[in-house]
Amino acid sequence: MTFLKHPPRFLFFTGKGGVGKTSIACAAAVQLATAGTRVLLVSTDPASNVGQVFGVSIGNHITEITAVDRLSALEIDPQAAAQEYRDRIVNPVRGLLPDKVLESIEEQLSGACTTEIAAFDEFTSLLTDRALHAGYDHIIFDTAPTGHTIRLLQLPGAWSSFIEEGKGDASCLGPLAGLVKQRAQYKAAVEALADSKRTRLVLVSRAQEATLREVARTYNELAAIGISQQYLVINGLLPHSETLQDSLGKAIFTREQTALSAMQGILKTLPCDRVTLKPFNLVGIDALKQLFSENTPFLKGEANQPISIQAPGLSSLVDQIAADSHGLIMFMGKGGVGKTTLAAAFALELAHRGLPTHLTTTDPAAHLAGTLTGTVENLIVSRIDPEIETERYRHQVLDTKGAHLDTEGLALLEEDLRSPCTEEIAVFQAFSRIIREADKKFIVIDTAPTGHTLLLLDATGAYHREVSRQSGDTGLHEVTPMMRLQNTKQTKVIIVTLAETTPVLEAVNLQTDLRRAGIEPWAWIINNSVAAAGPRSPLLKQRAHNEINEIDTIARNHASRYALVPLLEEEPVGKKILLKLFKGLKD
Amino acid sequence: MKKIQVFDPALCCSTGVCGVDADQALINFSADVEWAKQQGAQVERFNLAQQPMAFAENEIVKAFLDFSGQEGLPLILLDGDIVLAGRYPTRAELACWADFSLTDTESQPAKSCCSGRNCC
Repeated sequence: MTFLKHPPRFLFFTGKGGVGKTSIACAAAVQLATAGTRVLLVSTDPASNVGQVFGVSIGNHITEITAVDRLSALEIDPQAAAQEYRDRIVNPVRGLLPDKVLESIEEQLSGACTTEIAAFDEFTSLLTDRALHAGYDHIIFDTAPTGHTIRLLQLPGAWSSFIEEGKGDASCLGPLAGLVKQRAQYKAAVEALADSKRTRLVLVSRAQEATLREVARTYNELAAIGISQQYLVINGLLPHSETLQDSLGKAIFTREQTALSAMQGILKTLPCDRVTLKPFNLVGIDALKQLFSENTPFLKGEANQPISIQAPGLSSLVDQIAADSHGLIMFMGKGGVGKTTLAAAFALELAHRGLPTHLTTTDPAAHLAGTLTGTVENLIVSRIDPEIETERYRHQVLDTKGAHLDTEGLALLEEDLRSPCTEEIAVFQAFSRIIREADKKFIVIDTAPTGHTLLLLDATGAYHREVSRQSGDTGLHEVTPMMRLQNTKQTKVIIVTLAETTPVLEAVNLQTDLRRAGIEPWAWIINNSVAAAGPRSPLLKQRAHNEINEIDTIARNHASRYALVPLLEEEPVGKKILLKLFKGLKD
Repeated sequence: MKKIQVFDPALCCSTGVCGVDADQALINFSADVEWAKQQGAQVERFNLAQQPMAFAENEIVKAFLDFSGQEGLPLILLDGDIVLAGRYPTRAELACWADFSLTDTESQPAKSCCSGRNCC
């Protein structure tokens, strides 16, 4: 593996949930330790199964992995860190201030930024503790902070007003007020991150168009703040041998190869390793040692057993929706799970049944919306470009609010405007113009705001103002978007996920977040299921078996209703193929 | 010198950008506070989300929160007495409390006429 040649002290693996960061980090740790160096493996993945992988219980303290000489591990739970952090601020005043006030404080500290900053806080000492460095040659992290977090920590303005004075303006760094370490330590940590002699960043991706696009974005963001030494790992590639007896395997292989040749030029210049899909679960030292090997080892017997799966398809969901004759349908889930495709398919199917429908999407490639426009009666397609909307919002804020700030204040405001929440807000504001139509027809949207955002918006009433300003419609004043989203008669929120561990965990977190805002997801869709596609290739069959447990967990524990969608051989673009999604499962 | 204490509502970003439309009044007020401090005024600010203890320890602020909830914030105390609630003070009000006079140029409000909840 190229990324393991002459490794520096710190190795960070980054990439979206489900690409296999933890497995690759574990395998890298085993390889380096086996080669004779002392390694500490740090997992901040909320789905961390490092303990399970090595067959020991690890937790929040450094634990020796007895099965591998010179290897120790540590698990940091970012959610727990964030909770600890909220408790540190809120617990002292519990019982002293009204409950409603406490709730509001906790909500302010429940965003994604708080979780990320709390996790960064936890591992800052690992980057700066000299005593610790004496004990380990390499420290491997299975996650990395985002560019946004690092930039915030680099801004002098952020520190002068929040940390040192502990009062005054707030920013995304607001949550940092509860931090325990000193500014100098954060500065040293950020410097270590940006120093290519000490730090190597490994971008982990799958060979999928959307995932690679996200990786390119991460690369640019981190390169811009000086993290120049970046490596790329393409994980989970289907080997050519699997295409021989299986048309699905052939389709996946072709799609992956196409995505790789179409990836952005900047990614093509990076040192790159390709890791093929393995027929076994990455649990145990032996499995980890084989992850980077080219040869496909013997298959477990499981792959030859028939896959029996009984799950409802999409048509049951769309039947129930169609019965209402109008309403707001929102698809929610992490990037790359297929929200846009499913939104388009539902809109198409509803229009096909003669129901007036408006599909509005954030599809970055725009080709999906393009292929549907004008093809079906009763269907209107519109598109919102997240980048344009975010830019517009940024300009609006900077022009009006930033005009009188000093340099440091302006830098801080600009960084706040680069937070992930800003994009969410900007896009949702654009959607809110369309949402009102849902009283008369179906509005299908391929995104939704998180519960956290809705709660914040609702608390300040800003959303309310925004909506009435845009609508100019006085009758709308009583309905905030949160109220509309809470009303299951008006709105159906559908969670989209994949039948894999991390994506399911992320979807569960989304659901918890929505429930906090009083929004009950109406259904779950498990997309791109290999099990539902009836694969014949041994590797894909093994993957299908792994999916069964996840599907079962969703059906039993998480979803009040759900549907399973097979992975298609064709790209799901265009009317004919999208409508195919509603035809039941393959035998 | 009298002490001005400002009790802000809970805001993850006081500029409000990561969540809601940025509040111009808040941005203006931050500038006004900076200005007042440069003139020698003693101004302290407390953010509910970051320093809730400051709210709980002050009997007047605590009673205000019990009664009005956080919707009633901001709350401004002058030497411990309530002088304003529900909006941020103007530069002139700050100057008056801090006992220094404004020159003509200084008496202009920091930015626009709009102070958030009162107009626009």
